[in-house]
Amino acid sequence: MKIDAQGLYYKELNQKIREAVAGGATTIELEHVNGQYFIADGINKPVTITIRGVPGNDLAAFMNGATVVVNENAQDNIGNTMNAGKVVVHGHAGDVLGYGMRGGRLHIRKDVGYRVGIHMKSYQENKPVVIAGGKAGDFFGEYMAGGVLVLLGMFTDDPAKPKHGYLFGTGMHGGVIYVRGGVDVSRLAKEVGAYPLEAADQVELEGLLADYCKDFGLNLQEVMSEPFVKVLPKSKRPYGNMYCPMPK
Amino acid sequence: MTHHNQLFYEKEISNCGLTGFISKKGRRIGGETIIKSITLMHDRGNGLGGGFGAYGIYPDYADYYAFHLMYENGMAQQLTEEYLEANFRVEQQEEIPTRRIRAIANPPAFKRYFITPLKNDEYLEAVDYQGLTEEDVIVRHVMAINHEIEGAFVVSSGKNMGAFKGVGFPEEIAEFFRLEEYEGHIWTAHNRFPTNTPGWWGGAHPFTLLDWSIVHNGEISSYGINKRYLEMYGYLCTMLTDTEVVAYTLDLLIRKHGLPADLACTALAPPFWKLIDQLPEEERRLYTAVRQVYGSGLLNGPFAILFASNKGLIGLNDRVKLRPLVCAEHEDMVYMASEEAAIREICPNPSRIWAPRGGEPVIALMEN
Repeated sequence: MKIDAQGLYYKELNQKIREAVAGGATTIELEHVNGQYFIADGINKPVTITIRGVPGNDLAAFMNGATVVVNENAQDNIGNTMNAGKVVVHGHAGDVLGYGMRGGRLHIRKDVGYRVGIHMKSYQENKPVVIAGGKAGDFFGEYMAGGVLVLLGMFTDDPAKPKHGYLFGTGMHGGVIYVRGGVDVSRLAKEVGAYPLEAADQVELEGLLADYCKDFGLNLQEVMSEPFVKVLPKSKRPYGNMYCPMPK
Repeated sequence: MTHHNQLFYEKEISNCGLTGFISKKGRRIGGETIIKSITLMHDRGNGLGGGFGAYGIYPDYADYYAFHLMYENGMAQQLTEEYLEANFRVEQQEEIPTRRIRAIANPPAFKRYFITPLKNDEYLEAVDYQGLTEEDVIVRHVMAINHEIEGAFVVSSGKNMGAFKGVGFPEEIAEFFRLEEYEGHIWTAHNRFPTNTPGWWGGAHPFTLLDWSIVHNGEISSYGINKRYLEMYGYLCTMLTDTEVVAYTLDLLIRKHGLPADLACTALAPPFWKLIDQLPEEERRLYTAVRQVYGSGLLNGPFAILFASNKGLIGLNDRVKLRPLVCAEHEDMVYMASEEAAIREICPNPSRIWAPRGGEPVIALMEN
């Protein structure tokens, strides 16, 4: 079903979406969206919501199993504490993506902002994945505790920009970050190091990127044609000795 | 276990919003455009402050300082007008046209004066013997009125520009000041969510001095250091709000000390020492000098600001980008806003849209 969001206040729009989901809709198309906050927040049915226009902040927060496709750019705070489901953004996205994300996938085609994957975590089969096809701002993977971040650096509107910003992996203590074509080691935070992939990593990464490529009609072989490095925390407790030394 | 009766409450989701644009060719654009952009971000404010900066709105009085005055009482107006008459030639004075609307209760009085300083003894003393410029004299008068006349506040004091601000949502302030009746080539707007300081008419953004105007999202935790630093140069902070220091610091750095705009931005949001150490020798020395000389001008805390003058519009984030800022270009227009949607609302398909790095100013200057 279609919903015309032109001029609709965010509360009205989200009310209509929730009513459609409760009524059993499996696909919802939102037309003329511009800046409405909180779209698809907390939706816990396997519905696909397609968005034309730029959705507002906090898209897909607490989402649990739905799929959101954004045909253009998106703003800040996508997938905050998301539990399951997927967000696909065909343009760029803003800051603080996947904050505290616990499961599901964020696939961004182009650039992403600062603090992507901050506080992302995983538990048993719940393993969140964020893949950015473009370049990233500072604090990529900040305080990351689990899950997978992937940075491709391939699709950007700003070719002059470096692939990633400073303080990469600040406070990271779990999970893994894969970066296509290597990282600028001088921009890594002191808590992390860059390492070559092992065979199992290669298998995991290829599986994740196959799904990503399918969403955007990309060639997996081309994406995999450059070697990746993985960035891992050097310690599981980077701040363990911050205030007083801890027993070994 | 049964659920308690759910208590729904309206969560406060505001966090300040700003937007602005410039026509680099100097085309004048009606107020309705900036109103549309800031109104999209209605929920970033909470009704305790809205305001606008507009440039190119007084072409008939372009050579006069346009003083926008806010009066809390009649005595303030009387004293201020005596002060102005003693120190200025008043070419034109009038009430700033307003429209009474339900949302705005008990507004102060607003008047504007198009003035040039009289070459009186005080002026000649300042210019001939103290090495001051005419603009320095204007700054002194602004500080004097704000500081010494209780209930009078200079809302703006630049040429061919004006600030319009108050307590209310920005769309309400725009309606109150009839902003759709103005045309300007640079506009900025602010939607306020006061956090640390009172929501009062003088505390709304923009903050101004001469033709500088600042709108700001964030908080300046270095306010005390910045304020004391500025006091050494005669700037008096009277607006009870942190943002005020940004206006005065830029006036000091750019107008008084002659720093180029980008270097002034570096002084406000310099790179970390660790990064400076990695730079090539010449840049390393430059940034080291800027940090050493202007250590007390550094703005600590999260911020996104837009600052404008008759020369152009500049956007700047704190160096770790703790507040949002998105920029776009289309033909001779440059847009800067807290949210991309606020730009799309008035420019649906810009040729370029991007998020600037923290500490990296976006500078859009007038052509010619």
